[in-house]
Amino acid sequence: MQNAKPGDRPLSDPLSQDMTTPGAVISARGLSLTFQTNDGPVHALKDVSLDIKKGEFVSFIGPSGCGKTTFLRCMADLEHPTGGSITVNGVSAQEARKARAYGYVFQAAGLYPWRTIGGNIRLPLEIMGYSKADQAERVARVLELVELAGFEKKFPWQLSGGMQQRASIARALAFDADILLMDEPFGALDEIVRDHLNEQLLALWARTGKTIAFVTHSIPEAVYLSTKIVVMSPRPGRISDVIDSPLPKERPLEIRDTPEFIEIAHRVRDGLRAGHGYDD
Amino acid sequence: MKRFGPVLVVVLTIFAIWYVGSFLMNRTWVMDQAARAGTDPGFTEVLRDTMNQDRAKLPAPHQVAAELYDGVVNKKVTSKRSLVYHGFITFQTTMAGFVLGIVAGVVLAVAIVLSRFADLTLMPWAIISQTIPVVALAPMIVVLANAAGAGSLLVPKAIIAGYLSFFPVLVSMVAGLRSPGGMQLDLLRTYGASPGQVFWKLRLPASLPYFFASLKIAVAASLVGTIVGELPTGAISGLGARMLIGSQFGNPMIMWSALFAAAILAAMLIWIVSGIEKIAVRMMGGGQT
Ligand SMILES: Nc1ncnc2c1ncn2[C@@H]1O[C@H](COP(=O)(O)OP(=O)(O)OP(=O)(O)O)[C@@H](O)[C@H]1O
Ligand SMILES: [Mg+2]
Repeated sequence: MQNAKPGDRPLSDPLSQDMTTPGAVISARGLSLTFQTNDGPVHALKDVSLDIKKGEFVSFIGPSGCGKTTFLRCMADLEHPTGGSITVNGVSAQEARKARAYGYVFQAAGLYPWRTIGGNIRLPLEIMGYSKADQAERVARVLELVELAGFEKKFPWQLSGGMQQRASIARALAFDADILLMDEPFGALDEIVRDHLNEQLLALWARTGKTIAFVTHSIPEAVYLSTKIVVMSPRPGRISDVIDSPLPKERPLEIRDTPEFIEIAHRVRDGLRAGHGYDD
Repeated sequence: MKRFGPVLVVVLTIFAIWYVGSFLMNRTWVMDQAARAGTDPGFTEVLRDTMNQDRAKLPAPHQVAAELYDGVVNKKVTSKRSLVYHGFITFQTTMAGFVLGIVAGVVLAVAIVLSRFADLTLMPWAIISQTIPVVALAPMIVVLANAAGAGSLLVPKAIIAGYLSFFPVLVSMVAGLRSPGGMQLDLLRTYGASPGQVFWKLRLPASLPYFFASLKIAVAASLVGTIVGELPTGAISGLGARMLIGSQFGNPMIMWSALFAAAILAAMLIWIVSGIEKIAVRMMGGGQT
């Protein structure tokens, strides 16, 4: 499962003027987004180009404010780029959103307090018009997947933060989208829970073959999970490095102590430094 | 039960002040009587006489209690002197006004939240409507309702009650329907939800706690509106009419017993509405986040 091919550097690839790159699930070309604020324009993204291929697990890492969330929201059509183009599944982000191409996991679980865990997971299914029987079957299946079987009838406040976050992941998995966009889903959790959820997420990715875009602040998390690590730098938000991971698809937690792992972690850290995110 | 102690202290304090007030206010009459009869009563006699006057300026609590008991228990409920009879009339109107207020409040709130035009046009009028004294409006509403062929006083009185009770519902519902934050709306956007689905799946359920919280205020406002509606509109039944009769015929006992009957009715209504609120909150996940 090596994605690294020579010259596979979309960010230095200005020739591809056509909107879609063959085989790319998500394809950004010269993407820019400038927020107009009272303190003047904020260049959240500037001239960002990236291809994400089917089945890849791509992590976005970079200092706070470098535009990771904004990039993810552009893929999800929750934010409108002010320049460049982005396609998802070969169509515009808006069409992809309307076609329910992706599941989005926010930083906070954001479960509806008046719905049970099962009810929360059923929410997208109700909206998308799945049949009652299909809904029940899917809720049971994804609860199993995130190891929350038996909590269907519980209300969110009866679950720990980690369990709530797992429920929100289950909610994004319940319908048939092959893309999963995750914005620091484990940011608020402690190390142990996080390790466990990382393992689960990898297993889930292996089982479902989904394409995953994953925002994180943690270098080990990014290296452990990803087939591709995108390092970003702020002001204006840019991609400063794209690292294709040589790690095998099968990854026990102990892999984090291997020389390969540590080497990639170093490269990510160097990339972060080069983007001089942390020294100003 | 923990709340029982403080409540008892407050009630006892009020009774104590009331008794002192009765003594002070009714003493003049006792002294006048004594002067006319040429006697010189001692303190205990004055005290006794201030507590049992038929037409006391301020009847003592036990007198009001006795009158209340008499009006509630000893009179047939169909009798025009029964407080149950009058209380029921007031209750009926309050409920009619309450329902009217809820419907108007919810419908206006939904319109205001869904349409920017309604927001700009309706909200200012809703606020202005509450600055007009309802006492001034009540007789006009009666006249208009009669001209429109309402037939009974129930309709105009319920309109007056609804006029007061729609506002808290409206304000709470607007806040509730607008309460979902950016992330909750974004989530539905990622599902490609239609505006109708956003309303039914998110805005409406999110507004229910606000709605139920407003009901207590609305039911109290409806009762006030009903009683105000019973005062200047030529009504002869209802607790408000009883109060007016008591004051016109110089019988404070009737006034006070009607007043307390209204207070008891208010307490019962709020108790019932709170009960409904508790059940609803439990059904909606225990009210915690
Ligand atoms: N709605 C908005 N209006 C104005 N400015 C915004 C808005 N959203 C984001 N920004 C700005 O855009 C820049 C990028 O924000 P973004 O949230 O994408 O950063 P991030 O990389 O996700 O940071 P973090 O790691 O802290 O989540 C920041 O400078 C931020 O202040
Ligand atoms: Mg972010």
